[in-house]
Amino acid sequence: MDFDLMFTSFPKLLGATVVTLKLLSASLFFGLIIGLLFAILRLNKNILINKFAYGYSYLFRGTPLLVQIFIIYFGLGQIEYLRSTFLWVILKEPYWCAIIAFTLNTGAYTSEILRSAFQTIKPGIIEAGKSLGISNKIIFYKIQIPIAIRQSLPAYGNEIILMMKGTSLASTVTLMDLTGVAKYIISTTFKPIEVFIVAGGIYLFMTFIIHNVIKFLEKKYSFNS
Amino acid sequence: MELLAFGKTGWGDELFYATLMTIAVSITAMFVGFFFALIFTPLKLSKFKSLNLIGNFYTTVIRGVPELLVIYLFFFGGSGAIMYVASIFGYFEYIEINAFITGSVAIGIISGAYSTEVFRGAIQSIDKGQFEAAKVLGINKFTQFYKIILPQMLRLAIPNLSNVWQITLKDTSLISVTGLVEIMRQSYIAAGSTRDPLFFYCFAAILYLMLTYISMKIINRLEIKYSRGY
Repeated sequence: MDFDLMFTSFPKLLGATVVTLKLLSASLFFGLIIGLLFAILRLNKNILINKFAYGYSYLFRGTPLLVQIFIIYFGLGQIEYLRSTFLWVILKEPYWCAIIAFTLNTGAYTSEILRSAFQTIKPGIIEAGKSLGISNKIIFYKIQIPIAIRQSLPAYGNEIILMMKGTSLASTVTLMDLTGVAKYIISTTFKPIEVFIVAGGIYLFMTFIIHNVIKFLEKKYSFNS
Repeated sequence: MELLAFGKTGWGDELFYATLMTIAVSITAMFVGFFFALIFTPLKLSKFKSLNLIGNFYTTVIRGVPELLVIYLFFFGGSGAIMYVASIFGYFEYIEINAFITGSVAIGIISGAYSTEVFRGAIQSIDKGQFEAAKVLGINKFTQFYKIILPQMLRLAIPNLSNVWQITLKDTSLISVTGLVEIMRQSYIAAGSTRDPLFFYCFAAILYLMLTYISMKIINRLEIKYSRGY
């Protein structure tokens, strides 16, 4: 065991954790918006819209995240037309490419989580709202969404942890996130176990915090209290 | 389309063999995972706190750390660890482990953590009375597990194992970083030499979709088979 290396690599890895957290928070934020949008589309009665939303989630859940990042980072740059538009400012940066890929990926999973949450809401609750003369819009915003958020918390917590692990793939498109820096240190020092313990420890610590925050929220928003 | 031609002009046959490699790695990893689950599920269900701790440590660490980091650990540390063990037995030559084995073991350990959780959940949801009834009838432990617990457990475990399979299948794309030529690596090579990454990565995505679709169909059949009588 090389404890010196563990001590010297810790600050470097901690600095890289900031990149990981930035990637995670940005993709979760945009992913939640996309997920909510597609969950609503999934519940639409129009078959075409419904199928479109299903196709999106199937496509992104059926392929590895790595493929998605590579298509966006290496693939899209190949289209000449895209290079001339303002989109190129975003797409030439690996940072934004990674965020786009993560957003679309987590959006697909989130849409499934929210859809099943919406579907488990008892029809009686909505009917009760209707019989009180509440408009459909307010039923949706004030009744369905709060219940759906509560229902989907445990599954969404898992999704956050999965996404945090997913951000490690950003290192494959030259971003120096926690895994990227860990790999760099491993390949220069050839001490994989020490670096794994430190980097893995940081990841576990983040998992631990996310897990407990979700647990706290679950308790706070549970129906019984 | 000529990019996908078989033979020397296209990448069709290379991608075909790469797909077979992906399937082979996934299946091997899944079995390695079952092996680990076989060890760690009893630990997690054990009455002894210390054994529980070992089981929980395994599943928590593996499920909380990115797959890529685990793969790097095995890729860079695998042959070092084997050489260290060999040096104890007086063998000091350089040992290189093949990428297939490193990859399958790394992915297998990850999938094993998920399988362990699935098996634990399945066993715990079997009615206690089943164990007691078997005990009362004087059935020995082995027959009890093999003939009574396992068939009931499989029915509950198959839907979740199908998720584990999908995760494992998608995780194999990550071992492309170690140089094993599976779908992702082959697409990377093809994209590099033809300068057509968009086409090849999209094709890789289609291959993965095909694999997940076919395996879904097969698993659905298994599910029907094991839930007969329910």
